[in-house]
Order: sequence, then structure tokens, then C-alpha cells
Amino acid sequence: MSENRNMTFMGAINEAIDMSMEADDNVIVIGTDVSGGAEIEHLEEEKEDSFGGVFGVTQGLAAKYTRNRVIDTPIAEHVTISSAVGAAATGLRPIAETMFNDFVGFMLDPVLNQGAKMRYMFGGKAKIPMTMRTIHGAGAGAAAQHSQTLYGMFAAIPGVKVVVPSNPNDAKGLFLAAMADDNLVVFSEDKTLYGTKGEVPEGHYTVELGKAGIAREGEDLTIVGIGKMVQVAQEVAEQLETSNVSVEVIDLRTVSPWDEETVLESVKKTGRLVVVDEANPHNNTATDVASVIGDIGFDYLDGPIKTVCAPDTPVPFSANLEQAYIPHADKVMDVASELIEDLKSVKS
Amino acid sequence: MEKQDALWIYEKMNEIRQFEDEVHHIFSKGSIPGFVHLYAGEEAVATGVMSQLDDDDYITSTHRGHGHAIAKECDLRYMMAEIMGKKDGLGKGKGGSMHVADIDKGMLGANGIVGGGFGLATGAAISIRNLGKENVAVCFFGDGGANEGIFHEALNFASILDLPVVFICENNQYAEGTAHRYASATETIAERASAYSMPGEFVDGIDVEDVFDKTKAAIERAKNGEGPTLIECSTYRNYGHFEGDEQKYKSSDDVNAGRDCIEEFKKKAMENEWLTEEDAQRLETDAKQKVEAAVEFAENSPEPDIDSLYEDVFA
Repeated sequence: MSENRNMTFMGAINEAIDMSMEADDNVIVIGTDVSGGAEIEHLEEEKEDSFGGVFGVTQGLAAKYTRNRVIDTPIAEHVTISSAVGAAATGLRPIAETMFNDFVGFMLDPVLNQGAKMRYMFGGKAKIPMTMRTIHGAGAGAAAQHSQTLYGMFAAIPGVKVVVPSNPNDAKGLFLAAMADDNLVVFSEDKTLYGTKGEVPEGHYTVELGKAGIAREGEDLTIVGIGKMVQVAQEVAEQLETSNVSVEVIDLRTVSPWDEETVLESVKKTGRLVVVDEANPHNNTATDVASVIGDIGFDYLDGPIKTVCAPDTPVPFSANLEQAYIPHADKVMDVASELIEDLKSVKS
Repeated sequence: MEKQDALWIYEKMNEIRQFEDEVHHIFSKGSIPGFVHLYAGEEAVATGVMSQLDDDDYITSTHRGHGHAIAKECDLRYMMAEIMGKKDGLGKGKGGSMHVADIDKGMLGANGIVGGGFGLATGAAISIRNLGKENVAVCFFGDGGANEGIFHEALNFASILDLPVVFICENNQYAEGTAHRYASATETIAERASAYSMPGEFVDGIDVEDVFDKTKAAIERAKNGEGPTLIECSTYRNYGHFEGDEQKYKSSDDVNAGRDCIEEFKKKAMENEWLTEEDAQRLETDAKQKVEAAVEFAENSPEPDIDSLYEDVFA
């Protein structure tokens, strides 16, 4: 087999979970339908999953690692996540799943008040080596309660790290880094990326948490993207290249703690910043990046920082409305036009 | 119960009572910041249960956690320092009364969130199972916590997996200022166990021996892989929900009002020749001295360094 394989985003995550479970018996997977086959006799005999995760990301793990380690929970998000926090505090390294991040209303306390704070409140004695997988993003026609982008809510909580991968290679490397971390890491996966493919190295490697990636180097304009929005940033960069505008695309990768240094260094070079985030427009990661860079990067900026986000509405169902909801390249071009006009005048 | 159990229980009951009475006193002088919820009156529950646990067994606790921490043998000096917000506290002064914890002692924390311990204890039981240990996790919660949604999720989940966890409700009759008889659709919390296919025991929570016996059976079941048990200990708190609570809701007709678990146990223990008057006096004096030493230690402990504000957010 070649060293680099073309793999799907979900395949890369499955491989990272599998490798984590193979390497350490204390790693467990816990969540609703993570296998889905518990006590279904005709499946048990064949060691089959009935789901293997609602999108199939955890398929095959129960057969390989037993149901003691791949634990189907009832549909009970609160106890799923709180028992994972309890298990993490007492010697296991759980991978817990809150299926759609929209279910945050039922499961937030164990993250917000328990897992994120135990170490601090207990004077450094506790550690919570836990990775909570969850799914965000519009574009699958799943409407207002299954499509939100809420990683920014978790990112607002001290004591939690939040990771949002944009491609299969990073998904594997960031996941393995999350598993090596002794803290509560929220790993937020865009459901519309699951089928996308990319090169994924074999074997163990990590992509550092808290470190952004430079997805494309450029000189004139910095676009920071998060998750799927990195693709949008790349599209814009390609379009602007034809107009002789050189765009640097930064893949934020981790939204908490996000990599101020990499973004600032890029802004020092380009003087212009656009941040693209699929979250609703207020109090999100994009506004936080804009706020911080507006402060520490003020002297390097040649224009206002622009954010491109979803509108301040719930996610609509109808496909045309949903597509209008999701930030896309045209919207970034519109919002960035002031910066781009300025650029063109400078360059001409 | 053996004589050695009784001696340990009497010692810890007195430590808890004197610790809490002292905290009440210090709080009234204004030397303790924040919210304080005292355990005095409920000593029979913590000691009856904890006399059967060791450091490798886990407990999760409640707002009213001092008694659980003392019975789990957390150091009184570091506890008092924590409650006063001092550098030498169990949480380095960053948790306070509602977050007293010592993971090395299996004490996974008092909890400022009502019902916050259900899932943590269930998870600790998953650890015990998966790590192949012969221990148990005990989840303490109040009559208030019993009405949170997580009560249902945790009891159901622990039961389907037969996890080694014991759910112990300390029904002190009031959730803050709301009466149990108003807030619960069932007369007892214990009877809800049938919904989860587990035994439900209603215990006289003022009687240590009853707590001890019922808990012993539940721990044995848990360790034998027979799954969780729900135990409701009917008890009463001497003080208010928090320090400063006027307790307008209480009445002399309340269930267990006027009973004192320590006096009742002392009488029974002496009748059973588990305890002599000399033992009792010695243990009472020891408890008094330990509490005095804890106060002195805490008062002499410095305030936390400002730099520690930023420490221990992440491992």
C-alpha cells in the first residue's frame, strides 16, 4: 500500500479512533448508536453494528474491541457525556459522542460545569482526558435542529479545547492529538465533509492543537476559514488570483485556543483580513478573531476586518434557502469588496 | 456492625458535627466568603456509607458536601483552608465549599450543580468495570436532585449495564425551601427504583445502623456485578439550605425534626457495648482538637498567589 492513501474525512476519523483504541485499552467509545447493535441477537452473532454511528463513523469498532469498550447508550445525551467525564476523571480515556451539536441543550452541564472545571476547582488534581465528538453544519437539508454550527459555544468555555478539522489529513492528525491531550477536547465535524476525500498518511501522526495551518500562501489579503469554510476561502483565493490579488488562506483548525500568532503574522504581511465562519454572526469565533486582531494587529491593518458568517436566523430547510444561509464565495467577495477595491487601487 | 465500625463512625460523626458547627460560627463572623451549605444533622448517612468504602471507591457529592468529604477521610486542615479560600486548600482556594474534592481519596467533588454527580458516578463505575477493579462508586444526591432529569438517565443507564454504583438519596425533606412532599409525585424516592429494575430501599437516615446495613447489601450487589441499588435515607438538616437562610419553611412537625443521629447512635452503641463512655469522651475530644487544629491551620494559610488564577485550567 502506498504511504499516502486517498481517504474520506469519515474514514480518516474512523482510522484515528481505531488506532487510539488499538494503542490503549483504556480508550472507550460511548454514545448513542456508536455501534447500535447491543443485545440484538442476530447482529451480535455476526458482531455487526446496526449503525456504527449515525453517519457510520464508528463502524466496525464494536466487533473489534467488544461492547465493553464501544458502549451504546440510550438516547440520553446528559448521562452519555457526564458518565464520560466521570470515566475520564477515574482512569479511562473516553471518546464520547454528542451526535448533532444541536443537542447541546441536553448535554451541556457535564462539559460546562464538570469536565471543564474539575481540574481548576480541585487544585490541579483532576485530569479529564476526553474527546467529545459532535457534528455541526448546514447543507444536508437537516433543518433548524440538526444543522447549527455551535463550536463557538464550546469555545467560550475556559478549560475546553475545540477542534474543527477541514480535511481528512487534518481530521486524523488532530484527532490523534486530541486523544494524546489530557484535557477535554471538543472535536466538531462538519457532516457535509464526511464524504470528501483527501490524502491521508498511514500510521500515527499528529497535527498540533492550537496551531493554525497555512492552506495557501499569499501577500495581499488574509482569509481565515474554519472547517468547511476553508474551502470557501480557497475558492475566493482562486477567483482573486485571476484578478492578480494574492490571498493567504489560514485554516484555523483549532477554534479554542486559536492561533493568534499565525493570524497576526499573516496580517502583518497582507494588512487585510476576512474571517469566514458558518456560525450565526454574533459572539462567534469570527467576531473573536476580528476583535483580537483588531486590537493586537491594529497597526498592521490597511482596512476594516470583515467577517462572513451565516445570517442571524435559524437554519432553514428548503434547499435554496439553506444554500443562501451558508457563507459562500460570492458572499465573501461581496463583503471583501471594499478591501479588494482598495487593493486594486494600491496595485494599479 | 462491628465494634471497630462503630468507633470509626462515632469519631467521624463528631468530626463532621463539630466541623460544621465551627464553620457556622466562623461564617457568622464573616470570615468565610460565598455560599456555604452545612451537613450537620445528616452525619448518619455519610458515616454509615463511608465506613464501608476505601480510597479506591469513588463518591460524588452535593452542595452539602463537607460531611461526605470528612467521612471519605479528606484532611480537615486542607478542607477548612479550602472553605476559607486559602492557598493550602484542597483546591488551592479555587473551589471553595461547594467544590471540596480530593481525587486521591476517591472524593470526586462536592457539586454546585444539583444532580451534577449522577453521571460522574456512573462514569466512575464504568472505569471500575473496564479497569477490572473490585470497587464501587457511590452517588450522593438530595431530594432536590432526585427531581432532575439526569436522575432518570443515570439510573436507567447504570441499570441496563449493571454498573457497580449505589445511588444514595439524602432526603432532608427540603430542596432549598421547597418541600419534598410537594415536589415529588411519588411519596418516596426509593419506590422509583422499580422503574429501573433495581432494588429501592427506604432507610431511617437518622439511624446509622440502618444506613450501614442497607448500604452493605447494596455494595455487595454492586461488587458482585448485580447492578445498582437506590437507597433513600430519610434525614433532616440542622441548619438552613445555606448559611443565612431564615428557614421559614421548617416546622417542628417535620419528619425527623428534633432527632439527633449522634445522640441516638451513642445510646445504641453503648447498649451494644460497641462504645464506652470513655471512648465517647475521647473521640469527642479528639474531634474537637482536630477541628481546632484545622481552623488554626486554615487561618494561618496565606491567600492564594495571584498568579495561581491562571494555573490548572489545563493539564
